[in-house]
Amino acid sequence: MKKKRVILLLALLLLLPFILYTPVSVRAQEGQAARKDSTGKDKHKERVYTNKTENNVCLKCHSKTHIEYMAEGATKVYKQKMFSECIIDTNLFYNANHWNFKCTDCHSDEYSTFPHKGELRFEEKPGCLDCHAGDPQYAQFNFEKIDEEFKKSIHFQRQGGSFSCWACHDGHYYKINARNRQENILAAIEYDNNICLSCHANIQKYQLITNKVNPNILQKHEWLPNQPNHFKHVRCIECHAQVNDSLMVAHNIQPKSKAVKKCAECHSGNSRLMASLYKYQLENQGKYSLPESGFTNEPVIIGGKRNGLLKLLGNIALLLTIVVVVIHSTLRIVSKKN
Amino acid sequence: MKDRIYFYPIWVRSWHAINALMFLVLIFTGFSIQYATTSVSWIRFDRAVVVHDIAGLILTFNYLIFLFGNILSDNGRFYRFTLKGGLNRLIQQFHFYTMGIFKGAPYPFPINKYRKFNPLQKLTYLLSMYLGIPLMIITGLTLYFPAVFNLIGLTSLVISDLIHILLGYFLSIFMVIHVYFCTIGHTVTSNFKSMLNGWHELH
Ligand code: HEC
Ligand code: HEC
Ligand code: HEC
Ligand code: HEC
Ligand code: HEC
Ligand code: HEC
Ligand code: HEC
Ligand code: HEM
Repeated sequence: MKKKRVILLLALLLLLPFILYTPVSVRAQEGQAARKDSTGKDKHKERVYTNKTENNVCLKCHSKTHIEYMAEGATKVYKQKMFSECIIDTNLFYNANHWNFKCTDCHSDEYSTFPHKGELRFEEKPGCLDCHAGDPQYAQFNFEKIDEEFKKSIHFQRQGGSFSCWACHDGHYYKINARNRQENILAAIEYDNNICLSCHANIQKYQLITNKVNPNILQKHEWLPNQPNHFKHVRCIECHAQVNDSLMVAHNIQPKSKAVKKCAECHSGNSRLMASLYKYQLENQGKYSLPESGFTNEPVIIGGKRNGLLKLLGNIALLLTIVVVVIHSTLRIVSKKN
Repeated sequence: MKDRIYFYPIWVRSWHAINALMFLVLIFTGFSIQYATTSVSWIRFDRAVVVHDIAGLILTFNYLIFLFGNILSDNGRFYRFTLKGGLNRLIQQFHFYTMGIFKGAPYPFPINKYRKFNPLQKLTYLLSMYLGIPLMIITGLTLYFPAVFNLIGLTSLVISDLIHILLGYFLSIFMVIHVYFCTIGHTVTSNFKSMLNGWHELH
C-alpha cells in the first residue's frame, strides 16, 4: 500500500511540469525572424546589388587575411598580413543598412591606389546627417532629433567630436534591428547591448576614445539580481538613456549617477519599458494582441501590469472571505453556542 | 486525561510553525512585489524579492519534511479521502458550519484516534498540501531559475506567473479560512495550543 503511494506521488510530481508546459520552438524561428522585415517578407531577395564589382577592387585585399600586391615594375609579389581591423566581412557588409554602397561613397576615391596615401587616414568620414537630414524617406527615424539627443549625451559631452555616430553604428555592418525584429526581441536586445559592450567590455576600443580605465561592467552591475538574465531581457539604454517620446531608440545616454537603479521603474504597473523596449511592439500590434511567436515568448516583468484583472478578482475574493469570516464569527458570538 | 489525543508530533509542529511563518512572509512580500511603485511601497522591491526568494526556498525544503514525514509516518493516513460518499459527507459538514453550529448541534464527524480531520478539513488540507503547494513550488522555481528551465525547453514564464499568482490567492484564502476554523474547537484557543504542545483536546 505504502510503496504504491510513494511511487504515485513522485510520479505525479515529476510529471507536473510537463503537463503544464508546452515546449516552444521559438529558437527554431529565431533565425528566420531575423531575416524578415516587419511585413514578414524576405527583403533580401528583392535586392539588386550594383556595386559589387567595383567594391571587389578593395575587397580583394580587404576581405582577406593577407594581401598580395605586385608593384609597378616589380618582379616579386609583395605579401603582407592584413590587420584584423581592416578586414571586412563581406557577408555582413552586404546585409547591412547600407548594403548597396560603394566603399568610395564613404572613403576617398584615392584609396584605389596602393600603398594608400598617408594623409588619407585623416580624412573626415561623412556623418549620418550629411545624407539623412531632411530626407522625408527617413522621417520616421527622426535623425535630427536623434542628433540633438546625442549631442546632450554623456559620450558627446565628455568626448566631443571623437565620439561620433559611427562609434556605435558600425560603418560597415550597422543594421536596424529593434524595428525589424519585433518577433525576436531577445536577439534585438543582444544586438543593441553588443553595441555598448563593444567598448565597455573591450579596453582597446574604449581607450581609442579615452585613457581612462575601463570600469568592469559585470562588477558594476552586480547589484542586479540574476544579472545575466537581466542583461538578456533589457538593453543597457533602458537604464542609461533618457526616454524620448518622439524616438524609437533613446540616444541621450546619461551620466551614471542618473542611471535607473530603482527596480520598480521597470517592475511596476507603469514600467518605463513600455516607453522604450516594448514601444515598437505596442505601437504596431496594439496592446491586446499577442506577438506572432505565441504568447509563450512574451516577457514576464514581475510586478508589471500583467494579470491586472486576475489580481483584482483575487483581492475581491480575499476580502469577501474575510467578510464571511467576520459575519460567521459574529453569529457564533451572538448565538453563544460555539 | 482521556479527552486528549497526541495528534501533533514534534515534526508536524515544527514543520507547521515554519510553514505558517514563511507563508505570512511570502504573502506580505508577494503583495508588495505585485504592487510595486517607484514612489510608495511597503518594502523596497529588491528587498521584497530577496526576502520572498529566501522564504520560498525555506518553505520548499520544509515542504519536503511534510511530504516525507507523511509518507514515512502514520500521519499520512489522516489525509486519505474516500471518494465514495465523499460529497455527502462534505455537504453534511458544510451544513454544520452554516447552520448547526449556531444551534449547538453535535459535530457530524467527531474527532477521534482514527479521524484527525473532518471531511472539509481533510479535503482542503489535501488540495492545498498535495496540489496547491507543489504547484506553487514548481512555478516559483521556474520564475527563480528561468535560464535553467529555458534550457530544457520549458519557457512558459507567462503560464507559471499566472498559476503562481492564482494559487497565491487560493492559498491565502485557504489560510484565512483555516486559521478561522481553528478557532472552532474545545475553546477558541485550544486548537492553537494543540499546535504548540501536540495534544488535541476533544470536545
Ligand atoms: C592591394 C591591397 C589593397 C587594396 C586594393 C585596397 N587596400 Fe585599403 N588597405 C590595404 C592595407 C594593407 C591597409 C593597411 C594600412 C596601410 O597599409 O595603409 C589598408 C588600409 C585601408 C584603410 C585604413 C586606413 C587607415 O589607416 O585609417 C582604408 C580606409 C582602406 N584601406 C580603404 C580602401 C578602399 C576604400 C579601397 C578600395 C577603393 C582599398 N582600401 C583598396 C590594402 C589594400
Ligand atoms: C557607410 C559608409 C562606409 C562604407 C560604405 C564603407 N566604409 Fe569603411 N569605414 C567607414 C567608417 C565610418 C570608418 C571609420 C570607423 C572608425 O573610425 O571606427 C571606416 C573604416 C574603414 C577601415 C579602417 C578600419 C579601422 O578600424 O580603422 C577600412 C579598412 C575600411 N573602412 C574599408 C572599407 C571597405 C573596403 C569598404 C567597401 C567594402 C568600406 N570601408 C565601406 C564607413 C564606411
Ligand atoms: C553617404 C550617405 C549616407 C551616410 C553617411 C549614412 N547613410 Fe544611412 N542610408 C543611406 C542610403 C542611401 C540608404 C538607403 C539604403 C537602401 O537602399 O536601402 C541608407 C539607409 C539607412 C537606414 C535604413 C533605412 C531602411 O529603411 O532600411 C538607416 C537606419 C540608416 N541609413 C542609418 C544611418 C546612420 C545611423 C548613419 C550614420 C551612422 C548613416 N545612415 C549614414 C545613406 C547614408
Ligand atoms: C552610444 C551609442 C550610440 C550612438 C553614439 C548613436 N547611436 Fe544610434 N542607436 C544606438 C542603438 C543601440 C540603436 C538601436 C539599434 C537597433 O536596435 O536598431 C540605435 C538606433 C539608431 C537608429 C534607428 C532608430 C530606429 O528608429 O529604428 C538611428 C536612425 C540612429 N540610431 C541614428 C543615430 C545617429 C544619427 C547618431 C549620431 C547623431 C547615433 N545614432 C548615435 C546607439 C547609438
Ligand atoms: C566607442 C566606444 C563606446 C561605445 C560604443 C559606448 N560607450 Fe559608453 N563610454 C565610452 C567611454 C570612453 C566613456 C567614458 C567617457 C568619459 O568618462 O570621459 C563612456 C561612458 C559611459 C557612461 C558614463 C559613465 C559615467 O562615468 O558616468 C555610460 C552610462 C555609458 N558610457 C553607457 C553606454 C551605453 C549604454 C552604450 C551603448 C548604447 C555605450 N556606452 C556605448 C565608450 C563607449
Ligand atoms: C537595470 C539598469 C541597468 C542596466 C540594464 C545597465 N545598467 Fe549600467 N548602470 C546602472 C546603474 C544604476 C549604474 C550606476 C552604478 C553605481 O553608481 O554604482 C550603472 C553604471 C554603469 C557604468 C558606469 C560604471 C562606472 O562606475 O564608471 C557604465 C559604463 C555602464 N553602467 C554601462 C552599462 C552597459 C554597457 C550596460 C549594458 C550591457 C548597462 N550598463 C546596463 C544601471 C544599469
Ligand atoms: C530596466 C528594467 C529593469 C530593472 C531596472 C530591473 N528589472 Fe528585473 N527584470 C526586468 C525584465 C525585463 C525581466 C524579465 C524578463 C523575462 O524573464 O521575461 C526581469 C526579471 C526579474 C526577475 C525574475 C527573473 C529572474 O531573473 O529571476 C527578478 C527577480 C527581478 N527582475 C528582480 C529585479 C530587482 C530586484 C531589481 C532592482 C534591483 C530589478 N529587477 C530591476 C527588467 C528590469
Ligand atoms: C498563521 C497561520 C496559521 C495558523 C495560526 C495555523 C493553525 C493551525 C492549527 C491550530 C492547526 C491544528 C488544527 C488542525 O489540525 O486542523 C493546524 C493544522 C494544520 N495546518 Fe495550519 N495554521 C496556519 C497556517 C497554515 C498554512 C499556511 C498551511 C498550509 C499551507 C497550514 C496547513 C495545516 C495543515 C496541513 C494542518 C494539519 C497538520 C497535521 O496535523 O497533519 N496551516 N494549523
